[in-house]
Amino acid sequence: MSTTTVEAPVKKQEPVPTAGPRKGRRRGTSLVSHGILVVASLIALFPVAWLLFLSLGPDKDDYLHPGGIWGKMTLDNYSYVLTETKFLDWLTSTLIVTVGTTLIGVVIAATTGYAVSRMRFPGYKKFMWVLLVTQMFPVAVLMVPMYQILSELQLIDSYLGLVLVYCTTTVPYCAWLMKGYFDTIPFEIDEAGRVDGLTPFGTFARLILPLAKPGLAVAAFYSFLTAFGEVAFASTFMLSDTKYTFAVGLQTFISEHDAQRNLMAATAVLVAIPVSAFFYFVQKNLVTGLTAGGTKG
Amino acid sequence: MTVAIDRATGKTRGERGPRRGLGQRLKHGYQKHWYAYAMIAPVVIVLGVLVVYPLVYGFYLTLTDANSLNSARTIGVNEIEATYKFIGFDNYADILWGETAYDRFWSHFIWTVVWTAACVTLHYTIGLGLALLLNQKLRGRTLYRLILILPWAVPTFVTVFGWRIMLADGGVVNSVLETLHLPTPLWLEDTFWQRFAAVMVNTWCGVPFMMLSLLGGLQSIDSSLYEAAEMDGASKWQQFRYVTLPGLRSVSSTVVLLGIIWTFNQFAIIFLLFGKTAPDADILVTWAYRLGFGQQPRDFAQSAAYGMLLLAILIVFTSFYRRWLNRNDQQLAI
Repeated sequence: MSTTTVEAPVKKQEPVPTAGPRKGRRRGTSLVSHGILVVASLIALFPVAWLLFLSLGPDKDDYLHPGGIWGKMTLDNYSYVLTETKFLDWLTSTLIVTVGTTLIGVVIAATTGYAVSRMRFPGYKKFMWVLLVTQMFPVAVLMVPMYQILSELQLIDSYLGLVLVYCTTTVPYCAWLMKGYFDTIPFEIDEAGRVDGLTPFGTFARLILPLAKPGLAVAAFYSFLTAFGEVAFASTFMLSDTKYTFAVGLQTFISEHDAQRNLMAATAVLVAIPVSAFFYFVQKNLVTGLTAGGTKG
Repeated sequence: MTVAIDRATGKTRGERGPRRGLGQRLKHGYQKHWYAYAMIAPVVIVLGVLVVYPLVYGFYLTLTDANSLNSARTIGVNEIEATYKFIGFDNYADILWGETAYDRFWSHFIWTVVWTAACVTLHYTIGLGLALLLNQKLRGRTLYRLILILPWAVPTFVTVFGWRIMLADGGVVNSVLETLHLPTPLWLEDTFWQRFAAVMVNTWCGVPFMMLSLLGGLQSIDSSLYEAAEMDGASKWQQFRYVTLPGLRSVSSTVVLLGIIWTFNQFAIIFLLFGKTAPDADILVTWAYRLGFGQQPRDFAQSAAYGMLLLAILIVFTSFYRRWLNRNDQQLAI
């Protein structure tokens, strides 16, 4: 995809521009823009649409001759997935794990986000550095020791174990996100609170926290989506197939001997629709939360 | 009681008195900052228990020859004690310059670097291009935007399976290529094409984040700057070069760093796209996973050692990156 076409025309070259040619040129540019955007949109849309389409084909090899699906479209895959597979079990475990992670992450990180946004204390820089470094942890770093520790504690194949593992990433992450949000709340509010005799805890709990609800929400969304999409730990630490999260459950449709692609596609669609809807609902906050965290190092 | 709120200006407030003794300073620091410490305590405790302890334990494991045969385990009712022993830095030495080190570490290392560079470059250029397009006044801008972030909205583990079906032998991608009389590579079997497919799928997944972040950056550039540039007779290219790019610097340096870290650690795409079939397309993260959990016996010690090496690479890289930014008078947004 070419990026240079954008910087082409649309500009005043002559002091008194004549309307005719400029208009034509502008239309030309916008046609090119539309062309590129349409192609890009098709590329973005196609794999998802294709999955949706294949999920309607009744046979597991329908992906080889997709034309045939038009004639025999059916929702059988969906009813099969919902009734005959462990879909509902997976839904339950996914919800337990994600909601648990989200709650713990937000609750624990909230005061820290406030502290690092408002206060400078000895060790501040080191602490921020630690928060940053924990976000760079490759899965491979903690997986082996976590596996050993959790097996000793008999927490392998338990929801609690997985929630604890996810907290290693979401807690520091939420602290970062919330610091960014607290930074946008004027300091005058804190000062007013203190003048009126509130302790810093009181200021935080009574004044800042109610104002920071959107920030808490962003942190919650992010933890939710992170925990939902995590593959590596879930695939390794959950052993019984009723405790799989969706990320693991979906893999079970393709084994070395058999690939039930039609069922997998149907499951994928069922999983994707609510999550994507949720994502669209919150996406604007996510991006600002990520990048507006803000230049204050 | 004083509270240490100082707006992070970096300036010290007022003249300091003569330096006090260490004990007094500690006491003073404690009185002044105990709020802050109390507030960060929950995260410190959680990180200590969930990150630092496993990290230290993991490091200890890398100094042993632990694998699934000699670790403590329970078989039925019998508990078997761990029998692995301390072997010092042999694991690291073996990984870095052991006998088949090239095949086991360096080839994957090179591929990881290529993978990261290729993916981040593609993410950034395509994301920037699309962000510039969306930053114009265009009909249907919102609709384009909503469609273009679809790859980010749908969970990765779902879309990767979509791609896996599309790229499979006889799948739609090859059917289309065949109708166009183009070669139809074995995307999921041939090493080169596996790598190509991995980069392609990761690019597809990663562009929306870059696009949205950069779009946010573009929209925060003051439009009077463009007017001024236009008044001075700057061409479109010059405006892009001297207004847009500098205006995006802070956002760019942040998202590029995030992109590099995420891509370097990208596990799900390669793991789900190929399963266990493609050892040659493994980047270091998936390779470490394969050693620790994807084979029998599970080689815990080596896998953990790979993890430590990866973390070290990332920390060194990030430190240099930050230093380089500081030298250019830039701050990271994170």
